[in-house]
Amino acid sequence: MPANTKSRGVQSRLDSLTHEEYKSIAQKHEPSRTTFKNCVLAFLVGGLICEIGQLIQAALMSWFDMTEKQAASPTVALLIIISIILTSMGLYDKIAQYAGAGTAVPVTGFANSMCSAALEHKAEGFVLGVGANMFKLAGSVIVFGVVAAFFVGLIYAIFGLQGVLHP
Amino acid sequence: MKRKGQTWEFTSRPVILGSAAVVGPDEGKGPLSPDFDYIYDNLEINEKTWEKAERRLLEQASQLAIIKSELTKEQLQFFVGGDLMNQIISSTFAARKLGVPYLGVFGACSTSMESLALAALLVDTGAADYVMAGTVSHNCTAEKQFRYPTEYGSQKPPTAQYTVTGAGCGVLGRSGTGPRVTRATIGKIMDLGIKDPFNMGGAMAPAAADTLRSHFRDTGLTPGYYDLIVTGDLASVGLPITKELLHNEGLNMEETVFDDCGLLIYDREKQKYVNAGGSGCGCSAAVTYSHIMKRMIKGELKKVLVVATGALLSPLSYQQGESIPCIAHAVALEMEG
Repeated sequence: MPANTKSRGVQSRLDSLTHEEYKSIAQKHEPSRTTFKNCVLAFLVGGLICEIGQLIQAALMSWFDMTEKQAASPTVALLIIISIILTSMGLYDKIAQYAGAGTAVPVTGFANSMCSAALEHKAEGFVLGVGANMFKLAGSVIVFGVVAAFFVGLIYAIFGLQGVLHP
Repeated sequence: MKRKGQTWEFTSRPVILGSAAVVGPDEGKGPLSPDFDYIYDNLEINEKTWEKAERRLLEQASQLAIIKSELTKEQLQFFVGGDLMNQIISSTFAARKLGVPYLGVFGACSTSMESLALAALLVDTGAADYVMAGTVSHNCTAEKQFRYPTEYGSQKPPTAQYTVTGAGCGVLGRSGTGPRVTRATIGKIMDLGIKDPFNMGGAMAPAAADTLRSHFRDTGLTPGYYDLIVTGDLASVGLPITKELLHNEGLNMEETVFDDCGLLIYDREKQKYVNAGGSGCGCSAAVTYSHIMKRMIKGELKKVLVVATGALLSPLSYQQGESIPCIAHAVALEMEG
């Protein structure tokens, strides 16, 4: 009975609603995002992670007589291990809900993205599961990291030699 | 069966002979926990993979529903089921164990009422004597398939919803005692351009409004006819939007109790991680096949309309910049007398 259903009643509001009109109705009911609070928490937690990294580096330098350069790699490795332990215990995602970019940006976030993907896809086996999916999230970081590094290198090669970056 | 517009009026009023809901730990901590038939204390549901966990929920809910309806699985003529997984694997694997002729359906989170409406149609038209409808969702399988790995640390916005870990099944028959399925309104796809997969409530609200509007237009009833109207998983963002859309259509939802399964299933004050509320086809199924059935049998509710809402997106369509097409199916349940 399409004719019958069509002829019923006046043109309703829902039928004539445009995407923009609907967006304005919907937005009224959305809770506002706490952007300022998120920024502050991201700054504090992100800063704290960097501070822990600094502490580890200082400890390595004083306990194992390493130079700053020598201590850099084991510091990153330790942060990654801590991140993986927290991810495996199911804590990293809970911290991240509050910290946001604070836990995503440092090296710990990169480790979390790989570890979580590996855990998730363990069920599909080591080759098709873990191996194929480990870089599911981290892959784009590497791709765009390499692309960015290429362009920075290009700029450096052109301008750096003329003493712009190294006056 | 009589059809008017998008609505089926079931003249024989098929009876829900038995129903069951099996849920996970987060739902067990929610306010409806006394109503569920079985609550697991671990998200793994004692299985090795999330997919097996989801399947087990449905298998168990279906077994309990058959026992509660005082039937054997040999008496069941059809099983209508679906879930959120690719190729609806959870229902299919559960149906493999059941060994009952199976119709797999997909309507995202609206599958709960889509399957119930089809099961009622089969019974009402005489195509079957006993049919089971059921659906399931699991928080971690949904996260894995639609979003990020479970343990990935991403911040969810306040409009995000938490997929319910739970299954619900109901067995329908021609006669007996229990809540009766009296009508069903099949929804149309509605898409008003929402693209944010972390705002499903906002995307699905127009579909719920459209199906409700069609239901009242086709049946000539008013919202006040029902003691309770529940939507599937609009949660705290979608429900007020639907209310406003319906108000603009001249439907006064204040006449009835208008609520949402996604809001009923969790205590959002204590369970902050659910953000806007529950979602998933297990959400409306677990609430309908436990809490609502029990309240109807106790006599607290006589007439209930369940409007299950579904966001029919895939990670592929979302990544390709498509908006989210949504649907809602409504099923009316009534107690005799």
